Amino acid sequence: MIYRGIVRRVVIYTALLVALNVVLLAVRAGGERKVGGVHPVRGGIVFDVGGRGDKSFNDSAYRGLDRAVRELGVEAEYIEPGEGSDRESGIRLLAAGGFDLIIGVGFIFSDDLYNIAKEYPRTHFACVDYAKFDEKGFVVPPPNMVAIKFREEEGSFLVGALAALVSKTKAVGFVGGMDIPLIHKFEAGFRAGARRVCPDCRVMVGYAGVTGDAFKNPAKGKELALAQYAAGADVIFHAAGTTGLGVFEAARETTKYAIGVDADQWNEAPGRVLTSMTKQVDVSVFETARRVRDGGWQGGVQQFGLREKAVDYVYDEHNVALIGSAVRDRVEALRKEIIDGKIKVPER
Amino acid sequence: MIATLLSLGFFAAVVRITVPYALAALGGTLSERSGVINIALEGLLLFGAFSSTIGAWFGHGPVAGVLGGVLGGAALGALYALLVVTLKGDQIVCGVALNLFADGITRFLLKATFDSSSNSPRIDAWGHIGTTLILVTVALVALFHVVLYWTPFGLRLRAVGEHPEAAASLGVHPARIRWAALVLAGAVAGLGGAWLAADQRQFVAGMSNGRGYIALAAMIFGKWRPAWAAAACLLFGLAEALQIVLQASGVGVPAWAVQMLPYVLTMITLAGFIGRAQAPRALGKSD
Repeated sequence: MIYRGIVRRVVIYTALLVALNVVLLAVRAGGERKVGGVHPVRGGIVFDVGGRGDKSFNDSAYRGLDRAVRELGVEAEYIEPGEGSDRESGIRLLAAGGFDLIIGVGFIFSDDLYNIAKEYPRTHFACVDYAKFDEKGFVVPPPNMVAIKFREEEGSFLVGALAALVSKTKAVGFVGGMDIPLIHKFEAGFRAGARRVCPDCRVMVGYAGVTGDAFKNPAKGKELALAQYAAGADVIFHAAGTTGLGVFEAARETTKYAIGVDADQWNEAPGRVLTSMTKQVDVSVFETARRVRDGGWQGGVQQFGLREKAVDYVYDEHNVALIGSAVRDRVEALRKEIIDGKIKVPER
Repeated sequence: MIATLLSLGFFAAVVRITVPYALAALGGTLSERSGVINIALEGLLLFGAFSSTIGAWFGHGPVAGVLGGVLGGAALGALYALLVVTLKGDQIVCGVALNLFADGITRFLLKATFDSSSNSPRIDAWGHIGTTLILVTVALVALFHVVLYWTPFGLRLRAVGEHPEAAASLGVHPARIRWAALVLAGAVAGLGGAWLAADQRQFVAGMSNGRGYIALAAMIFGKWRPAWAAAACLLFGLAEALQIVLQASGVGVPAWAVQMLPYVLTMITLAGFIGRAQAPRALGKSD
């Protein structure tokens, strides 16, 4: 009996909340917002799995917007979603809040950003690594949305060549996270680069899994790397999120080399990180924010590659001794050939 | 290829992969034999991994780390016992809730402690305790078997799992037994988490990565018996290690098909084709 009262109250409150929700749905950030004029541009980032502090992808995007805050006077907001559906609500929160630019860090945002961009045609959206496909193939984003794409295969080609040139065993390895086309680009470039300078080198490949969880399974990454090291590889390139932390741990234990990804990962295993294939997400984020503020916004796919210096590899005072100038010169020659279009790097 | 599979390195990989499965499965066996479904194994592993990292970081050593993992797991196990034994909550719902809680709280504390939502710094203080933990795991499998089948506590625990009213009529307190079972289950699964953290020498958000659910499947495959559950874990570990080696060797065997095998076997077991998988009779009943 006592429960009936409670149940009724719960039902009433739920109904009230639903009603409130419906009312609020109709509320949009109204009025004509003048971008770049009196009020500062408001930019929001929704981070991918891994979040801030991943020392990689998300942190790089953060640096990009942070630089825009300092140099362009942009106002910034950062949202770190937890599991699953929080991502969409994070974007909706910013869109409803009247932000001028909303950036989703990671291919996982493709569908949500695409849909919400169509609902808010006056708001600018950007999706890093955008990849939306339907039965007819690639889906071009609406004009108020930018698909930031990187030519990862070009950077991977250079570290592949570098790995093969440094390898003493004539065997190098690749550890990928999720077994998907985006990660295949890294593998294809790496393989082509290694083969280019060393046609009889072996290239071993391992993927951690077929779900998004494959990007955060360091124990699996370590085992994949240990197996490749045991089979003769002495340099392993990873494109596997925090799964790659296991690759570095394996490199430490076996005193062999690993190659980082997205950001300079030297600090994960100093002395064992041969180099890192960097994706300057910050460059693309800053550039996008600048275009929103100063005009010159252009929707659609924007490719960032070696030519734009948006993919690169690390060569600094830490790893100069590991690589050496002869190898460096050889790799730089390859860079020039790619930029000049003499080498076409495969994507798969 | 064959030489690789016969090598010590491959055997070591199998064992390394098996340890967290086995420890979580032992915890699962204990709690389910007392009549409580333990879908929270995943959260216990994850929370154990984090609390052991805290132990190793602030205690500057592997012993503090292991202790942290065990205590953290036991604490979360106690919370689970409070929810499902004392407050008689639905075991599946509470278990899922606990897994979500573990994922959230570890991220929150990771951020608060190490200012990163991704991973802790590397903790060199872990040293090399892998071999020790492997031996401890083997000893625990034997110990759990002895406790469950050869001690009065084990008899009472199994009685509570089959028919709590009958056990109660003989003076056994089902609630107390289940509390003990769940706290112990949490402790041993927490040790599994400590293994994960020690093997990487750091905590990474979400690093349990579904291992708790695999342990659950292995426990069912082992028909709720500690030694058999551990053997099932070894089979799962073998399949995973084989899949890894197959990928590295580049031979044309479909690697994912190999890793699928244990799950197919588990489903066959559940469907009753390999003998009967008989769950404890009072399993999942709140009172």
